[in-house]
Amino acid sequence: MYDIKNYTEAKTVEEAIAALSGDPDSEIISGGTDVLIRMRSGKDAGKSLVSIHEIPELKGVHLDPDGTIIIGPATSFSHITNDPVIRENINMLGEAVDTVGGPQVRNSGTIGGNICNGATSADSAATMQTLNAIVVLKGPEGIREVPVTEFYTGPGKTVRHQNEVCTAFKIRKEDYQGWQGCYMKYGKRKSMEIATLGCAVRVKLSEDKKTIEDVRLGYGVAAPTPIRCRKAEDAIKGKKVSDGSIYDTFADTALTEVNPRSSWRASKEFRLQLIHELAKRALKESIRRAGGEADA
Amino acid sequence: MLKIIHFTVNGKKTELAVDDRECLLETLRNRLGLTSVKKGCEVGECGACTVLINGEAVDTCIYLTMWADGKSILTTEGLKGPNGELNPVQQAFIDETAVQCGFCIPGLIMTAVEIVGTGKKYSREELRKMITGHLCRCTGYENIVNAVERVVNETYDATHGKE
Repeated sequence: MYDIKNYTEAKTVEEAIAALSGDPDSEIISGGTDVLIRMRSGKDAGKSLVSIHEIPELKGVHLDPDGTIIIGPATSFSHITNDPVIRENINMLGEAVDTVGGPQVRNSGTIGGNICNGATSADSAATMQTLNAIVVLKGPEGIREVPVTEFYTGPGKTVRHQNEVCTAFKIRKEDYQGWQGCYMKYGKRKSMEIATLGCAVRVKLSEDKKTIEDVRLGYGVAAPTPIRCRKAEDAIKGKKVSDGSIYDTFADTALTEVNPRSSWRASKEFRLQLIHELAKRALKESIRRAGGEADA
Repeated sequence: MLKIIHFTVNGKKTELAVDDRECLLETLRNRLGLTSVKKGCEVGECGACTVLINGEAVDTCIYLTMWADGKSILTTEGLKGPNGELNPVQQAFIDETAVQCGFCIPGLIMTAVEIVGTGKKYSREELRKMITGHLCRCTGYENIVNAVERVVNETYDATHGKE
């Protein structure tokens, strides 16, 4: 039995907002794979829970007529990986969330929780940064949209208010069409592992596949929150894929933008090495996936 | 607070009063006596409490019973044939000597049932990844992978015709 003060099973988003507003000591539970663990450990024990688990409108992925991909925050990781819209347009996100925990956790855990928990180690976070995802929040005052790149305020902290429900993630057409990329996770084990470091790269090549038209670099665990490295991106924009120096330029510049710390999982020094190495590998793989001939 | 839920457990429509703080693991074991669902780590890491919820393998220790309302639950008890026959997955575990102490096995069997249910064939590497949500401290996994591989391949061949 979990130490839950009051439990509300919200049937609609409005019901959830009302319940959250009515009890400042309440928090949202969606997939439960983090909230219940925290509760059992005593960290969130005695809190009230407002469940959004059974609200159908928060689940699933669909494509808007204008090409925007709408991801329901209560969509489980495995459903994202297997979703046809995701597979066709942003397969990299499906691959990234396929590295979360183990199979059963991926059947329960949701992308909304992964982002809204504010964890820097969230496996979807680095990729969402490179997709310029937009977080849609609904609260008592209405709906607001926050770019995921401005969503985090500190470790485990986001701009989402206690009584706001994340109702969607939006990914605009210009942020996925013509792009390719990959997510690389470093962990000591292949499964049931929190990322020691996560690196996401996306590239957009010119039509002849010879020039990097645009590039994006996102990290998890390279700072207290997931981050984008815009200086590293700018440093190789417009460069030729045949230019062998782009990898070191990219990775060296990224090192100036990160702020990893030592934890029991890994030292700061090791994380810096991972940041450097994974940037190079992920860039190379992204160029390859985009059809460019990466220089060895 | 006690609340009434309606769900299908191993094919049987069930109405039950449950505490809204309880997890499905506790409900299945303590209220319905389905003790194949094992209580292991209680934090979603070991997979011993795995059951199928609407066909998907889920750790019931981190699944609130309230969410099971209206859903269909399958545990190892529900695999039994009309005359008590074993399910092909269970038979494969026996044939491959995949069981030692047995604590992790009901959970692994349910994940194997989910894999078989996809109707697809998988490489050994893929199958290894698909059972990573289970910890087994006895077998070293080799015979478990053998059993899962065997039943997945046999089922696939039986439904698609062997080439």
